[in-house]
Amino acid sequence: MATQTQISGMACPGCVAAPVTISAEPPKPARIALSLPTIHCQACISKVERGLNAHPGVHNARVNLTLKRAMIDAEPEVGPDDLVTVLEALGFEAHELDADTLSATRSDKAGRDLLMRLAVAGFASMNVMLLSVAVWSGATDFTRDLFHWISAAIALPAIAFSAQPFFRSAWSALSVRRLNMDVPIVLAIILALITSLWETALSGEHAYFDAALTLTFFLLAGRYLEYRTRAVARSAAQELAALEVPRAIRLAKDEEHEVPVAELAVGDLILVRPGGRMPVDGTIAKGNSELDRSLLTGETLPVFASPGLLVSAGEVNLTGPLIVQATAVGQDTSLHRLADLVAISESGRSRYTSLADKAAQLYAPGVHILSALAFVGWYLWSGDFRIALNIAAAVLIITCPCALGLAVPAVTTAASGRLFRKGMLIKDATALERLAEVDTVVFDKTGTLTAGMPKLTNLDDHASSDLSIALALAQASAHPLSVSLTKAALDAGVFPEKVSDINEVPGYGTEGTFRGQRVRLGRADWVGGTPGAQTAAWLSIEGQPPKEFQFIDALRVGASDMIATLQNSGKQILLMSGDVPKAVEELANQLGIADWVAGASPEDKALRVQALTQEGHKVLMVGDGLNDTAALAAAHVSISPATALDAARVASDIVLLGQDMSPIADACQVAVKATKRIRENFSIATIYNVIAVPLAVAGFATPLIAALAMSTSSITVSLNALRVR
Amino acid sequence: MNVLAYLIPVSLGLGVLGLIAFVYTVKSRQYDDPEGDSRRILSDEWDDHPKPD
Repeated sequence: MATQTQISGMACPGCVAAPVTISAEPPKPARIALSLPTIHCQACISKVERGLNAHPGVHNARVNLTLKRAMIDAEPEVGPDDLVTVLEALGFEAHELDADTLSATRSDKAGRDLLMRLAVAGFASMNVMLLSVAVWSGATDFTRDLFHWISAAIALPAIAFSAQPFFRSAWSALSVRRLNMDVPIVLAIILALITSLWETALSGEHAYFDAALTLTFFLLAGRYLEYRTRAVARSAAQELAALEVPRAIRLAKDEEHEVPVAELAVGDLILVRPGGRMPVDGTIAKGNSELDRSLLTGETLPVFASPGLLVSAGEVNLTGPLIVQATAVGQDTSLHRLADLVAISESGRSRYTSLADKAAQLYAPGVHILSALAFVGWYLWSGDFRIALNIAAAVLIITCPCALGLAVPAVTTAASGRLFRKGMLIKDATALERLAEVDTVVFDKTGTLTAGMPKLTNLDDHASSDLSIALALAQASAHPLSVSLTKAALDAGVFPEKVSDINEVPGYGTEGTFRGQRVRLGRADWVGGTPGAQTAAWLSIEGQPPKEFQFIDALRVGASDMIATLQNSGKQILLMSGDVPKAVEELANQLGIADWVAGASPEDKALRVQALTQEGHKVLMVGDGLNDTAALAAAHVSISPATALDAARVASDIVLLGQDMSPIADACQVAVKATKRIRENFSIATIYNVIAVPLAVAGFATPLIAALAMSTSSITVSLNALRVR
Repeated sequence: MNVLAYLIPVSLGLGVLGLIAFVYTVKSRQYDDPEGDSRRILSDEWDDHPKPD
């Protein structure tokens, strides 16, 4: 089939120009994933599913409201773009997701696995607990032994199945000769089972089967909570990554092929449409346009692009189509070279030890020593191996970190849930703890504090006749400045004049004829104006001096409130941008930031953050561009908006999902509160231990006391965590 | 006390039944979209006959 297409292509010169895609892969039912951020109710589900199923070629479409996603089985000829159009017609925002990046099935399996273990542990612990109640309330002799044997028959297989995550984690820690929280847990479970079996065989009074199972159940509950929190964050983060489907249009023999970026080679000619991002480093071979470099350098002024200009991957093409010849692809592009800088910065970041790890480091050896001492003491005093082993097992069970296992996950689940509803995604498990310590906040300007969208400032300086002509010219162009000018003029009630022969000259502007005179709206040097430091478009009417329309980058919603809140809570604020001093100074004055740096290179930013860290400050870096990536990685904790480039989002710990900046200030407060709750939870768990351990060492810890201490401490800790909400 | 010989297996059996039911719900992916499922029940779309697969 491929040959046929080529033959017909060669036979008919007219066909050559038409885009033809040759697919080597055999057709298979496409699994398309769409992100639907705006669905929220039953009516939306029905509408979306009905709309998608009615589309020809769609076999089956199902909406997942929890993940706000639709999965579609369709014929290979149905593309995601068709379905996005269908949904947009129905009034739903939809984005294509890369189904391979999502790998939903794998993560689902881990969650279901954990849930299954939790269910088995819950079932077994409840049954054994019921049998134990009979024993506690005074069953004796044969009945007690029978109940103990039944408990053993339930407990042994149940623990063998459900405690596997702890066994594995403890083994992996021990095999590298280290202790983690799971080592005392596993030791306690195994020792409890052995002594209980032994006691049962000797028809003894105390068996700890219920304690071993309840312990497993509570700890698994903590693990599952932790997993859920991370799964939600991970799936949303994958969704962001999957939003950028990396494809490029390669020109070969004047035919357009849409190919994955990974398949591009040096020397390829690549077509970049207006609004598209450069997939490779290269030189412009054909076409005129303007380039937006703000994500790479922080400068807001678009750069004029003509053949011969060097372009870097990541720059956005604004007006006209460009044909670029690749000089570096994939790992060699400047975009990827920045990644090396990030790696260096990350190695400089001091490795943060989480509160849970700190507690485990203190706790694990202490428990083992205490239990061993109790064993030795009782053995020397009574000379009875059985009593000594029983006491040692009781000490291990009582001190077992049931509440400690819940202390951190319960709080972080509650806090991340609260922040997720406000539009913040916590990517890293320890990010909240680190955020709580922050005393200095460093901001990037373009795209972070500002929306990255130009706004017209001097509308009132112009005569309404000029505005009408400018509006007519601006309406014909999709350039960001034109779009902004159109919006501002229409909002002010200006009507467009009748301008004829309107023609957009890519890279320069738009021109037309008005009452026989040539009118132009565009770059300063094209219409005869003098370019200034500020972003501007110029209007020229033949026979009159050119007029300047000035633009500034508008502030993001909530930015000034956030800065004020942060300053009130005593944090030091620093603004660092790669933009020109005038623009940075204006913004700093507007927001009341005293400390600002302009013209900073990526290295400058990272070095400044490292210097602040060395002075003992805990730095929060907020940035979105590639030029911020190294600084984001070097900071104690970092936040980037969802509009940021992939690399910046990967380097940061927290992603801000909405346009609004104010959640950042809230997040700092929530983080402080959450860390306080974690510490409180550790104190609660410690108090329980301080009361229960002497009882255990003295030999008074019956299985009943162990069960009571364990349950009450776990429940108190969970309730305390919920106060964060 | 001989009644225990019946009651314990019976209670364990009932518990196991519950566990099997739960395992079935997990395996058939009934916890994948809790929010959506709770709202789908409000739709009258497939009230007369089940949705054909």
